[in-house]
Amino acid sequence: MRIKNTISLFAWIALSGLAVSPARADTTLLNVSYDPTRELYQEVNQAFAKEWKAKTGESLKINQSHGGSGAQARSVIDGLEADVVTLGLSYDIDAIAEKTGLLSSDWANRLPYNSTPYTSDVVFLVRKGNPKHLKDWDDLTKPGVEVITSNPKTSAGGRWAYVGAWGYALHHYNNDEAKAKEYLAALFKNVPVLDSGARGSTTTFVQRGIGDVLLAWENEAILAEAQLGKNQFDIVIPSISVLAEPPVAVVDKVVDKRGTRAVSEAYLKFLYSPEGQEIVARNHYRPRDPDVAKRHAKDFPEVQLFSVQSLGGWQALHKAHFQDGGIFDSITGVAKK
Amino acid sequence: MTATKSSVIPGFGPTLGYTLFYLGLIVLIPLAALFFRAAGMGWEQFVQAAFAPRVLAAYRLSFGGALLAAMINVVAGLLVAWVLVRYDFPGRKFFDAIVDLPFALPTAVAGIALTAIYAPNGWVGQFLKPLGIKVAFTPLGVVVAMVFIGLPFVVRTVQPVLQDLEVEHEEVAVSLGAGRWQIFRMIILPAVFPALVTGFALAFARALGEYGSVIFIAGNMPGVSEIAPLLIVTKLEQYDYAGATAIAVVMLVASFILLLVINTLQKWHSNRLGAV
Amino acid sequence: MAIAVEISAARRRSRAVSETLWVKGLLTALGVAILGLFLLLPLATVFGEAFSKGADAYFAALVDDDALAAIRLTLLVAVIAVPLNVVFGAVASWCIAKFDFRAKSLLITLIDIPFSVSPVISGLIYVLLFGLQGWFGPWLRDHDIKLIFAVPGIVLATVFVTFPFVARELIPLMESQGTEEEEAAVVLGASGWRIFWTVTVPNIKWGLLYGVLLCNARAMGEFGAVSVVSGHVRGVTNTMPLHVEILYNEYNYMAAFAVASLLALLALVTLAAKALLVWRFSREIAADARQ
Repeated sequence: MRIKNTISLFAWIALSGLAVSPARADTTLLNVSYDPTRELYQEVNQAFAKEWKAKTGESLKINQSHGGSGAQARSVIDGLEADVVTLGLSYDIDAIAEKTGLLSSDWANRLPYNSTPYTSDVVFLVRKGNPKHLKDWDDLTKPGVEVITSNPKTSAGGRWAYVGAWGYALHHYNNDEAKAKEYLAALFKNVPVLDSGARGSTTTFVQRGIGDVLLAWENEAILAEAQLGKNQFDIVIPSISVLAEPPVAVVDKVVDKRGTRAVSEAYLKFLYSPEGQEIVARNHYRPRDPDVAKRHAKDFPEVQLFSVQSLGGWQALHKAHFQDGGIFDSITGVAKK
Repeated sequence: MTATKSSVIPGFGPTLGYTLFYLGLIVLIPLAALFFRAAGMGWEQFVQAAFAPRVLAAYRLSFGGALLAAMINVVAGLLVAWVLVRYDFPGRKFFDAIVDLPFALPTAVAGIALTAIYAPNGWVGQFLKPLGIKVAFTPLGVVVAMVFIGLPFVVRTVQPVLQDLEVEHEEVAVSLGAGRWQIFRMIILPAVFPALVTGFALAFARALGEYGSVIFIAGNMPGVSEIAPLLIVTKLEQYDYAGATAIAVVMLVASFILLLVINTLQKWHSNRLGAV
Repeated sequence: MAIAVEISAARRRSRAVSETLWVKGLLTALGVAILGLFLLLPLATVFGEAFSKGADAYFAALVDDDALAAIRLTLLVAVIAVPLNVVFGAVASWCIAKFDFRAKSLLITLIDIPFSVSPVISGLIYVLLFGLQGWFGPWLRDHDIKLIFAVPGIVLATVFVTFPFVARELIPLMESQGTEEEEAAVVLGASGWRIFWTVTVPNIKWGLLYGVLLCNARAMGEFGAVSVVSGHVRGVTNTMPLHVEILYNEYNYMAAFAVASLLALLALVTLAAKALLVWRFSREIAADARQ
């Protein structure tokens, strides 16, 4: 047995070595991202690796990690060595900065548009022909309507949807917070399944056939319609929605340690380039570049949007709504009865 | 620790040493880390995190669901074990073999498959829907997943006892004019009872901590269909390490107590077996 | 659950004491229905969905680069984790079954802990220890050692989760066999090492083998614990169960079930191997058990 032990010990050591040794490519990057960007970054990574090779002769492999935005940020906080993070909301990158100091708290100022190279908004995905006639946010609270969304505490998608509903309610009830809370409570009373991630919600709605309406990012709704069932769903654009701005950032301490700062920064800048923006638009995210936006204007209908800043920003929203004992807890407590 | 009964067999010291070393390294030290973390947060904060209303609701679902599933498994498991031991039918060997499936099938796969079956548009779900029964995405779905993972525990603890049951007792009872039902109640049930209890406890303990198969089929609504292990993950994803740790400690203590009970039961069970 | 208890299956069924035919039929039907509904149906679903787009698509999904990487990683993890737990299982059951000492049942309970601890907690404890926010995290980072979010972390979590499997299988078996044979061997002057290999191992080999099979199946299929420590880097730290989840979340249901079917196949092979063992060696095992 001692022999066996020794063998396993050797295997162990060999493995630990394996884990830190670089892969075949000259350089590898790790992009830790959230759920709905899989298709986007698959295309971005290919295009950027090609450009980088042409420019520097260095072959580049970009590894991807996807999951719920909060879970991904948690992994980075616990030591997952991400060169870049491309998450669902700036609150999650703030959390990394605050808890680890891996990047400085002014990370958002480093790239244009507060480091958000693409945007989206929250729309309704309904079953073909919209049998329940769901046109706007206030239709969602009608009795008998089943709304599918994800847990706003853990899912960035769920959080944007929640904030969309909150913003609508404040707007609708002239900033009467009590009324807005009632609206949200009524809305969540109609939610039968609360998945922990946005992708889970889409599966529940599309694949399992649960619910009348899915609150989804516009890019997810278009993707779901295209990939999972043409002519089975319609997209309904509400009268007003939230401007979703998923942020990107280079993780300073990781890139400095690994010596990948130049390529990481170039990678994120590539997202803002005409080519990057074109890929962004092709993957149903709204591009920032006005020219690219013009070219894809027919894909992205005009929507009246409000920003998270107009509601006080993520930190304030988090404190009021998503902390334990916050508004979300109290309304789901109501919903329970 | 020393061997209380002197033994001529060599190797007590080294084997005990290695056992304790490996146990400490893999299990005890990491678990101690959990308790130290929890101890660091202070009593009030701990209680607040571990017994908040939403957390209590999750415990209720986890413990209640596991309890219900274990009870269902006692009945279903006894029946299955009985049929497998006592009757001959085509495919008996095959069915006997697949009882272990939940041991070997990855929990995430089981979860996805169960969801596909019991969703309203699934194979079984579509027939339940007109009856107004919803399984997937309700607490009932949680119970179904827990029954799935717990079933083999009851079958596999009861089966050997049924097999070793002396037929003579039953024959005597028959000659005394006892009916089948009477024999079952008076002779068979008492004999398998300890095994049933052990199986129940094992199925319960396993269901309590189950994560992979349950999260796919549960609705995950806070306060309604959110299990305690999911809540740990949720807390982690909100960077609430203290909250996650507090719930984990409560779950851990519960499962440790359960294990102590199970091992005591098993001793009782094997003593009974020896006496029969 | 031990293999030895199943051998007497058909041995002693008396015709004199049995139920009427219709009760028999009804109970059998019920039993089969329970097994079918709870066990067979999920299994059929996995394979049904995996082949929903035909065999070509099925095999294409399996030879995908990321799927292959996941399969490789899963095999690697099992190859490390299982032998570690086999060694531990053999040592621990020797110590527990062959000797009497105080606090023995406490020791057994402690060995059992990973079995009933929620897999999520199993992952969490390693994050608390080795994560950047944990005790050893900063030290590990300064020395450039990666445990969490790399292969060693996944191995650790897997070892934890499958910790009791072999020991649980062996302890009752070795206890039931008593110590006479080993004692006789001592009298004949054999060393402890030799006794173990020539006396004990032949007696426990079937239980050991089944313990290994179960341990292996669980090691390859673990989801919850590995999910917490993996980091989910595609093609690098994704095991098969995690890859199933990823494909599922990419709306690639067919491929998800295709990879899942490999794991289900593994489960089936485990069960078949066990059934084969019982069938092929029933006499030998029965002889072992009687001793």
